[in-house]
Amino acid sequence: MSDVPEHRRAVIAGIGHTEFSQHSGRSPLQLAAEASLAAIRDAGLSPADIDGNVTFAMDGNDELAIIRSLGIPELRFSARTRGGGGGACATIQLAAAAVESGHADAVLVYRAFNERSGHRFGQPQVAPNPDPAWNLHKPFGLDTPAKIYALAFQRYMHEHGLTNADFGLYTVVARDWAATNPNAQFYERPITLADHQASRWIVEPILRKLDCCLETDGGVALVVTRAERAADLPSVPVHVLSATSSQIEHGHEMFAYYDQDLGEHQEAAAVGRRMYAEAGLTPGDIDVAMIYENFTPVVFLQLEALGFCGRGEARDFIVEGHIGRGGSLPVNTNGGLLGEGYIHGMNNIVEAVRQLRGTAPNQISGAEHVLVSAGRSGLILGRRP
Amino acid sequence: MIQVRPPVPNQDDAFFWDGARQGKLLLQRCAECGTVRHPPAPMCGTCGSLATDALECSGRGTVHSWILSHHPTEPDEAPRVVVLVDLEEGHRLVSNLVDTSPDEIHNGMAVDVCFVECTTTDGGTITLPQFLPAGRTATDR
Repeated sequence: MSDVPEHRRAVIAGIGHTEFSQHSGRSPLQLAAEASLAAIRDAGLSPADIDGNVTFAMDGNDELAIIRSLGIPELRFSARTRGGGGGACATIQLAAAAVESGHADAVLVYRAFNERSGHRFGQPQVAPNPDPAWNLHKPFGLDTPAKIYALAFQRYMHEHGLTNADFGLYTVVARDWAATNPNAQFYERPITLADHQASRWIVEPILRKLDCCLETDGGVALVVTRAERAADLPSVPVHVLSATSSQIEHGHEMFAYYDQDLGEHQEAAAVGRRMYAEAGLTPGDIDVAMIYENFTPVVFLQLEALGFCGRGEARDFIVEGHIGRGGSLPVNTNGGLLGEGYIHGMNNIVEAVRQLRGTAPNQISGAEHVLVSAGRSGLILGRRP
Repeated sequence: MIQVRPPVPNQDDAFFWDGARQGKLLLQRCAECGTVRHPPAPMCGTCGSLATDALECSGRGTVHSWILSHHPTEPDEAPRVVVLVDLEEGHRLVSNLVDTSPDEIHNGMAVDVCFVECTTTDGGTITLPQFLPAGRTATDR
């Protein structure tokens, strides 16, 4: 449990986002500025109140360009998280560390890109990549995230006797949630398992098109401050009960093939253990889980790693209806990154805040604790401290 | 003929590509404590030594996992089978399975290394360690 006094603990006070689309028609910087101003106003603050920021190392929007657009006079704390979507919850961890330590009073967290109309993450890496980690993989044909991750997912399928149709079980649930979320790109477009099985192969025999997240244009922002500060604001604060990350010695963001068991998401397991201990909760206390999914199999791996079911049991957990409407653990109630859109996992944190405020389009009645997992980083958020 | 997107060898992994050109499957080994590390790294995480030599592998292994690689919009000339091979020395390697039909591939199948000279997308050539079902001989590529 944290030894930070309750009044100094971090809360998420504001959320904001643009529309999620396939073609925003404006610059990533504008998307970042729009989402940021929306989050600051949602918190009941003005740009002049922001004195810290966090984004992704990969984000293309410079901090100075952002503060100039928003009219933020000075940042006294500025940080970026490593990694891709695995860093989503680490942005809140960094912001929480800043406000709880007093290095900042109100931290703006943002992530914005034109990931569909601009640089698409899913396309093959054609240019030589300066990161030497690609050397031992790209010449053999591993040039897209789908291929790179599928090579590990195939082992999980083999161990548990799964087929691609089993992964489609998750997509059907995600699209059901998205169908009733007006923010989702797949609003009012539910699918059946037959639709999933009719979508084309991306990486045979592991991933079809409907196993892949939805490359998206858009921006998401959140404002993190201390509980004592939020008490004076009109917005409903959501309490950060735990925020943690895991980077392990032989792990890798993409090429995590070596010296490890491919049937287990080791970082998520470490994040889960630490989060439950810090928050003083167990998996049974979680009312909603927001689980990062660039591809469907990572939902299975994280459900198991986070203790919601045992190893190899995720398929049955989904079949039994736990993660859908009326289930014991609604998962990705916004439709997730497959159904709402892929803003590098940050839109899943916004949905968690909405669930705890009681304002989600697919509101889960009485939600007290929401777990957000980005695999390599995670949060437990609470309606109460 | 598959065109390979070439690596950008650096001081830490050039030995791997040099070895392949000489028909050797080499993994980096700490010259002080003998810890083998793959992918390569400039320092031994076990003892802190910067001195390295190489372990020449037998080239025998088994398939740990595999995919059929044919991107829907930028397909390879022919689909390539990408494999994660468990080498008999106890280390894993990413490579390709050649001269093998997808329906004969299975997790755990025994494979042997072969070395194939490939053309690269930048007009050069590179020798890649590739794998064949154990006992099979590579066709002339």
